[in-house]
Amino acid sequence: MPRAAGASPADAARQTAASDELRYVPVGHSFASVTDQISDLVLGRATRMGWYVTFAAGSFLLLMFSGVVVYLLAKGVGIWGINVPVGWCFAITSFVWWIGIGHAGTLISAILVLLHQKWRTSINRIAEAMTIFAVMCAGTFPLLHLGRPWYFYWLLPYPNTMKLWPQFRSALVWDVFAVSTYFTVSLMFWYMGMIPDFATLRDRATKKRWQMAYGMLAMGWRNSARHWHRYQMAYLLLAGLATPLVISVHSVVSSDFAISLEPGWHETVFPPYFVAGALLSGFAMVIALAIPMRHYYGIKDFISLSHLEVMAKILLATSFFTSYGYFSEQFITWISGETYDKYVYLNILIGWRQYAVITWITLGCVFIAPQLFWIPRFRRNEKVLFVVSVLVLAGMWMERYLLITTSLSRDFLPSSWGIFQPTIWDILTYVGSIGLFVVTFLLFCRFLPMISMCEMRGLLPGSRGHEEGR
Amino acid sequence: MTPDAKPKLFGLMAEFASVDALFAATRRARQAGYREMDAYTPYAVEGLAEELGEGKTRVPVVVLIGGLVGAGAGFLMQYWSMAVDYPFNAGGRPLNSWPAFIPIAFEMMILVASISAFLSMLFMNDLPRPHHPLFNVPQFARASQDRFFLCIEATDPKFDAERTLEFLSAAESHLGIVEVPMDPPAAPRETSIEQTHVAVMS
Repeated sequence: MPRAAGASPADAARQTAASDELRYVPVGHSFASVTDQISDLVLGRATRMGWYVTFAAGSFLLLMFSGVVVYLLAKGVGIWGINVPVGWCFAITSFVWWIGIGHAGTLISAILVLLHQKWRTSINRIAEAMTIFAVMCAGTFPLLHLGRPWYFYWLLPYPNTMKLWPQFRSALVWDVFAVSTYFTVSLMFWYMGMIPDFATLRDRATKKRWQMAYGMLAMGWRNSARHWHRYQMAYLLLAGLATPLVISVHSVVSSDFAISLEPGWHETVFPPYFVAGALLSGFAMVIALAIPMRHYYGIKDFISLSHLEVMAKILLATSFFTSYGYFSEQFITWISGETYDKYVYLNILIGWRQYAVITWITLGCVFIAPQLFWIPRFRRNEKVLFVVSVLVLAGMWMERYLLITTSLSRDFLPSSWGIFQPTIWDILTYVGSIGLFVVTFLLFCRFLPMISMCEMRGLLPGSRGHEEGR
Repeated sequence: MTPDAKPKLFGLMAEFASVDALFAATRRARQAGYREMDAYTPYAVEGLAEELGEGKTRVPVVVLIGGLVGAGAGFLMQYWSMAVDYPFNAGGRPLNSWPAFIPIAFEMMILVASISAFLSMLFMNDLPRPHHPLFNVPQFARASQDRFFLCIEATDPKFDAERTLEFLSAAESHLGIVEVPMDPPAAPRETSIEQTHVAVMS
């Protein structure tokens, strides 16, 4: 099979000037070198030890997850620590956390497409893959929480012998529609973005079975200009549709809480506050994944420090959005004078025997830690970036936990107050879901193009691509 | 191809190393009156489809219709099941409690519109189509990597194997002209790019 040749001198000359305008464009690359480097990660390179070791660790967690699920199905949700009054806890926390992580993918791919942000090209594929897998992890939790997951289809409107319909006025049914729409649209957006890259892999694969596999995935894409014309329009429209979708999904998730009457849940700030938290955790996850990947796969040309820097800035900004949510909650409660609400928030802040320790750790992780990124040096320091991202992820999990648990454990009737105690099964279910994410993500890295080659080519100077010259 | 039987042609294709050369050649071919032609580029090139004479796409119209159908069907599904088929009084709210139906109607709008965008793109592009005469040309594999191609198809009324070959050969800074046979070569053979530049005239 023909292979692309090296960079032409003209291309190289055009790219020597690494001006500020070209910060996000891979310096010194040509169409051929972009193609070579990215497709060789899939086709040309033997699977290395590091991948196998991580995959083994992920598989171990996934196996454990399967074991936990089997036990859960056999025994019921009673193996978890949930009980009256705290009937929602780890599973719903993990659901909200995972679906939040799944938001950066569509934000990076869709909203940044519409805003013509060049830097997204390096990371949009990774972020979209992350979205798909995070939403898969998220989806398992409400299903397992159903108690009898084999009846999950009762949530869908289908003509049935019981002559019943789902209660469409319930936010829980909205959730089913929002999350499944989000998964479908994200999957389509991800797949559509990969079609031209599958064609590249098909054309470069040397083994028959890979030519067949990538050929089928490429669906006969032949890079026709007339096809590109419709493709670009469809892609732009999908981005335009996905943008309000991202906002709506986490808003609907927040409605699970906000349209209830629980003190601390019944708040109008929830939808935007949930979306902000989702973006924060999603960006933290992208950074936490991109840093090891750029080292391990040698793609520092494509994911440069400038890319990490701009993501650090977004992390700082979204940290402020989220923190604004906290302070606004506290302020509104204080000014409203609602006794029950005030009591819940007092518990959150100084209820040391309950959850206040977690509150202050959360604030440290989610609000204080990202403040480091005011200093330019830290925005370009990978170690700091990685540690802060992991802290933010942990903080966001704890924040979701607090949000769900504190209200439930102290509602209107003092006789039904209670404290949540997680069991080992709560913890294993959550940790096991990370295994599902790790395994699926590693398979993505091994078999699919992890950076969009066609968009990267269109970014090169002189390419007359969509983003070039903007 | 056997030397005596002339293979049926899909078209003649010129190869270019730069997008600027492709643009120039496309403009020249259009000015010369060729219509049934297409360019092949490893990424979306702005303005190339217009240069080929492609008008506005109908994808947005399909998406609009899809969105309206999705929203309408989503709303009606809820209205019909909640207010007509199984009227159920939830907390004294009206049976047609339309504000509560908006989220699902919205999600359905996005879902159907997105599926319409994806499927209409594929349908209008005549995909999936795993076979195509262009794939008979070995160096066409670089259309997905780093090369640019312009193919004038045999169905064009102005197409004439010899004159079109001459016309394409006069294009500036092309890397070779190649015949695109309609059918794949009878026996698969090992070929490299250099060997298959059969009809090169420069």
